[in-house]
Amino acid sequence: MISREEIKHIAQLAHLELDEKQLDKFTEQLGGVIDSFEKLDKLDTEGVEPTAYTVPMKNIMREDKVEESYSQEDILANAPDKKKGHFRVPPISGEE
Amino acid sequence: MSATKQKTVYETVIGLEVHVQLKTDSKIFCSCSTEFGGAPNTHTCPVCIGLPGTLPVLNKKAVEYAVKAGLALNCNICDYSKFDRKNYFYPDLPKAYQISQYDKPVGEDGYIEIEVEGEEHKIGITRIHLEEDAGKLIHEGTIDFSTGSLVDYNRSGVPLAEIVSEPDIRTPAQAREYLVQLKSIMEYLGVSDCNMEEGSLRCDANVSLRPKGQKEFGIKTEVKNMNSFKAVEKALSFEVQRQKKILDSEKKVVQETRAWDEDLEETISMRGKEEAHDYRYFPEPDLVPLEISREWINEIKEDLPELPRVRKKRFIDEYGLPEYDAGVLTDTRALADLFEDAAAAHNEPKAVSNWIMSEHLRKLNEEELSPGESKVKGRQIGELLNLIEDDTISSKIAKDVFEKMFITGQDPEQIVEEEGLKQISDEGQLEAIIEEVIDENPEVVEDIKNGKDKAVGYLVGQIMQKTKGQANPQKANRMLRENIKKD
Repeated sequence: MISREEIKHIAQLAHLELDEKQLDKFTEQLGGVIDSFEKLDKLDTEGVEPTAYTVPMKNIMREDKVEESYSQEDILANAPDKKKGHFRVPPISGEE
Repeated sequence: MSATKQKTVYETVIGLEVHVQLKTDSKIFCSCSTEFGGAPNTHTCPVCIGLPGTLPVLNKKAVEYAVKAGLALNCNICDYSKFDRKNYFYPDLPKAYQISQYDKPVGEDGYIEIEVEGEEHKIGITRIHLEEDAGKLIHEGTIDFSTGSLVDYNRSGVPLAEIVSEPDIRTPAQAREYLVQLKSIMEYLGVSDCNMEEGSLRCDANVSLRPKGQKEFGIKTEVKNMNSFKAVEKALSFEVQRQKKILDSEKKVVQETRAWDEDLEETISMRGKEEAHDYRYFPEPDLVPLEISREWINEIKEDLPELPRVRKKRFIDEYGLPEYDAGVLTDTRALADLFEDAAAAHNEPKAVSNWIMSEHLRKLNEEELSPGESKVKGRQIGELLNLIEDDTISSKIAKDVFEKMFITGQDPEQIVEEEGLKQISDEGQLEAIIEEVIDENPEVVEDIKNGKDKAVGYLVGQIMQKTKGQANPQKANRMLRENIKKD
């Protein structure tokens, strides 16, 4: 179960605007997801180490070597707005 | 006396969060250069501008530097460490999350020892963790009416170590000293430049007051935007006074972020501009966990240099230097190395220390150089002092020689030789010049004979002028007196 208020809060954090109908829908859907996880919670995990990863890999690192970067032109190629070699973004408003 | 209520005595509680940029060549998760400056968005690639489908790969050197810093800060290095996503929206953060470390940082439970006004304090370090830097924003328009922002992602992905202190700091002066020590340690390790003005060391502070003796913390504010050590001390002093006034008038401090305004010399509420502090951390699925082996830690440990406080103590014990000298000389590793090299070449540590603290530091200041950037080697300073000691040059000439050394990096002997600056101690040579001066100044000589001893100085001055300052002044003085007496 998840409350409508929580959905509102999460949507706000994700900068999503949800209308009343969507709020109802997502409250129900996300609630369902959470209920499923609560089922998993009931499993007996006694003696099982908690992990954040599912692949048995660790310590994958690279040497500190500089390689050529992209050109300014290429890196800005997909920018919807650019100016003097910069990405240009709309004014940052005081949020929330 | 009226029965005014006794004013509460408050205790200040400060904790610092410091970000230091690690001096790796490439970024933390991609191979772009970390070089400062450069045309906008020229040190960038799909990884550090956060394009979908790219994968970060951890820079081994960044881990090594963080472990090194952790060890030097007396932290326990965790054998299991991992990365997490810290989620928030800001245009300088291209992925809308920063790869940081949440519950498994590189190191925990360390401390820094500081000394303020003769008192020792141990400031706890909660943790040191790795994360990536954000890009840089240039705002268009005015603060009140922005028309947009320009983003340069050259800095995006530069490795940072975040070092969080315990709330153990009790005065703004202690906060400053903590930073001074931290910078000095990082500089000794060679892991960061720690230049606050250039942003390679950034510091935020949590400040609160509580009635003395109370255990619970008061309501805190977070102070940002302090761009020098001096600014940190000033901003914290201001904030402490501001909170004290609020508490004295029996009001409540508002928990908020405040920015230090260097011009107004006050902290200003950033209400409204604040981010929601709900970062929804979760494990970074694009990176695998980090297991830092004992062997690797030991390898890094063996590589640790002697740290500033230990070196300072040794300078006092081994060279017999006053504490003040030892402190100044060990402030940076480069200066301490310079001193030791000089003292190896000239066996009078205090004379070496005096020269470095007066002449050398003065020149560094004049030229706006850091100790590591100077061309003069310690050995050369020792040799210069040897030249004074064996009367090859006077200490006055030595200063001129040093000026040249500082610019060219040449050996002092070479400069003395090439410029013909050797002190004239040869008696035959001096005698000839003395005769000349006596012949040219008969009245002065007469005055001296009549007991006006002060006039000797004038004649010695004449000798120095004729020899461009190279005559051995003691010898010239003695020979001049003998010559006049003899007549």
